[in-house]
Amino acid sequence: MAAASKETTMTAYIIRRLLLLPITVTGVTLLIFAMMQVLSPVERSALYIRDIPKNDAQVERIIRQYGLDRPFVVQYWTWLVGTRNPETGQRVGGVLRGDLGYSRTGNQTVKELIAQRLPATVELALWSMIPIIGVGIWLGIQAAVHHNQLPDQAARVFAIIGYSFPTFVFGLLVLMLLYAKTGWFPPGRLSDWADIVVKSADFKRYTQINTLDALLNLRFDIFLDALRHLVLPTITLCYIQWALLLKITRSSMLEAMRQDYVRTARSKGLSEKVVINRHVRKNALIPVATVGGLTVVGLLNGVVITETVFNYPGMGSALARAAASLDVVTTLGFVLFNATLLIVANLIVDILYAFLDPRVRYQ
Amino acid sequence: MTAEATTAKPRPVQVGGYALREPGRLERFLGPEWYRLLRGLVTNPLSVAGMVLLSGFVLIALAAPVLAPPISPRADPYNIPRDGFSPEPKPPGVEWKRNVPPVPFWYKTVTGKDHWVHLFGTASGQFDIYYGIVWGTRTALRVGILVVLTTLVIGLVVGSLSGYYGGFIDDVLQRITEIFMAFPFLLAALTLAAVLVPRMGRSIWPAVIALITFGWMTYARVIRGDILSVKERDFVMAARVLGAKDSRILLRHVLPNAVFSTMVLASLDIGAIVLSFAALSFLGVGTDIGYADWGQLIAFARAYILNLDQYWYIVLFPGLALLLFGLAWNLVGDALRDILDPKLRGVRG
Repeated sequence: MAAASKETTMTAYIIRRLLLLPITVTGVTLLIFAMMQVLSPVERSALYIRDIPKNDAQVERIIRQYGLDRPFVVQYWTWLVGTRNPETGQRVGGVLRGDLGYSRTGNQTVKELIAQRLPATVELALWSMIPIIGVGIWLGIQAAVHHNQLPDQAARVFAIIGYSFPTFVFGLLVLMLLYAKTGWFPPGRLSDWADIVVKSADFKRYTQINTLDALLNLRFDIFLDALRHLVLPTITLCYIQWALLLKITRSSMLEAMRQDYVRTARSKGLSEKVVINRHVRKNALIPVATVGGLTVVGLLNGVVITETVFNYPGMGSALARAAASLDVVTTLGFVLFNATLLIVANLIVDILYAFLDPRVRYQ
Repeated sequence: MTAEATTAKPRPVQVGGYALREPGRLERFLGPEWYRLLRGLVTNPLSVAGMVLLSGFVLIALAAPVLAPPISPRADPYNIPRDGFSPEPKPPGVEWKRNVPPVPFWYKTVTGKDHWVHLFGTASGQFDIYYGIVWGTRTALRVGILVVLTTLVIGLVVGSLSGYYGGFIDDVLQRITEIFMAFPFLLAALTLAAVLVPRMGRSIWPAVIALITFGWMTYARVIRGDILSVKERDFVMAARVLGAKDSRILLRHVLPNAVFSTMVLASLDIGAIVLSFAALSFLGVGTDIGYADWGQLIAFARAYILNLDQYWYIVLFPGLALLLFGLAWNLVGDALRDILDPKLRGVRG
């Protein structure tokens, strides 16, 4: 009986969350489209064609053809679902169809650019995620258990310095010490020789993720080379994120430690270890689950700077380059992609949270 | 008899066997909330260190024209003077040859030299790093205060409308807030700045507007929550019974009681804002090349990532300025958060 009611409230919660989704997505697309309106109609034509025409008559024709001077609502609709090219009859544009326009800085469509750059970023994110979550939570627990003692003070100083450190300064300093001075960990994604091997016909690209493909091809030299290039960006992403995670875990643990059931457990005569492991940690880690969402945000933001600093050819560095050369069509396409990713991640985290903490479901 | 009664110290009031502590002069002047804040801040060594650093930055910003005099009174002091145009950075200590600023009075005593040298070296394009850091302090404080004040006002308006009226208005404003929160902050700000730069030209404004547009949501959320809890208190009911208008209740009764901690905490976000602003500058959507701005200075290092050991000074000095600036606000902020968080009072040690 209790199980059934738990399931129904859970389903109701998920449905409620899903109903809100279209509103958020519509809002996000509207906001991005509004930003696009700052561009002139000619610049906006990059949504539908490869080359921005040079002479005035052509410009006029393109603007009329794709309705770039039509009212906001009409243009928004065209931007969402695309339009037909009057000469070839082909459908062009339409972000809902995944057509995000043509990237001036990437010399390919935005969709192709994302597809090309995504594996590198996924690889970096995967390698960073494990140490970020594992070490971050561990540090937070240690700080809380030793509240106001040496480990706690050390962890706090570590965290404060961590979130005061601008990512790019940290990255450049790490690069200075661990590459320029010593030559240990180079920037980029692969050494030249490895790049040639990876691009050769014998090397099968199963996933486009270098470390994984190298293992699947049994090329351990490539694996080590890819790993060597991943060290610095991973350290940079980790350090900044650890600070945040440590802070959240620590305060959540401290709050859990003051609950009545913890006092009860202590007064029952349980050992401190059992109290922490069985009673405090389980409850303290519920709010930490939301950190999953924050980590995604942190990584999405972090890779832009980290990849730029280390010349790592992922989505972040492509976005940074597009933004710096004011290639707005590419930039907005990337942001739309990232915002969608974040919305999905947050949805998953919220549902997970409701699953872990029954109180959330009844709100 | 009467004279003796007035000169005698008033006896402490007794409540249930405990003597009430007599508030000192400072405490009476500041009021209990501010007094508790101040006492918490000065007794915590970390926050004292933070405040010392902060005063240092404010002093540097105030004394900028003395510490690094502009070349001529007419020139825009925020444009870093350049000693030539060579792309090769010069290390600290190299003599300043062209475009030399006037020598300030302290210079000879401190450095023992008669003419300017590049104290922290030059970046490519021969921009003096020392000058950039000194005037960059002003840019940092200006941007930080501007952004925090504006976002706080927006957050205050949205949050109080949302929290006080509730219902439909609350729903709409909440959805709008969620939409803005659906973007990764830095990416969204980067994009908006990139959109604005071609229209507005390069200055601090595109980045400032971008940081404001995507920065107000947390304040709106927190203030909404604060107001929801204060709204139910008895004194609000009393004001309503007396026939006070909505605007009066909101402005005179609810807001002052709801937003105290939010305001204090928000003011400390200046550090984080300045770091984000520097990041935008570093990525190339901030100020023009040669503008006195820390992120802009560090961006010069992007051309030398393979031999940073040789050109360490381009990263080290502006990077240190940024780190210490962020650290200063966070040290104070961390202490304040603990003081203001009612949940953390009396935590078992």
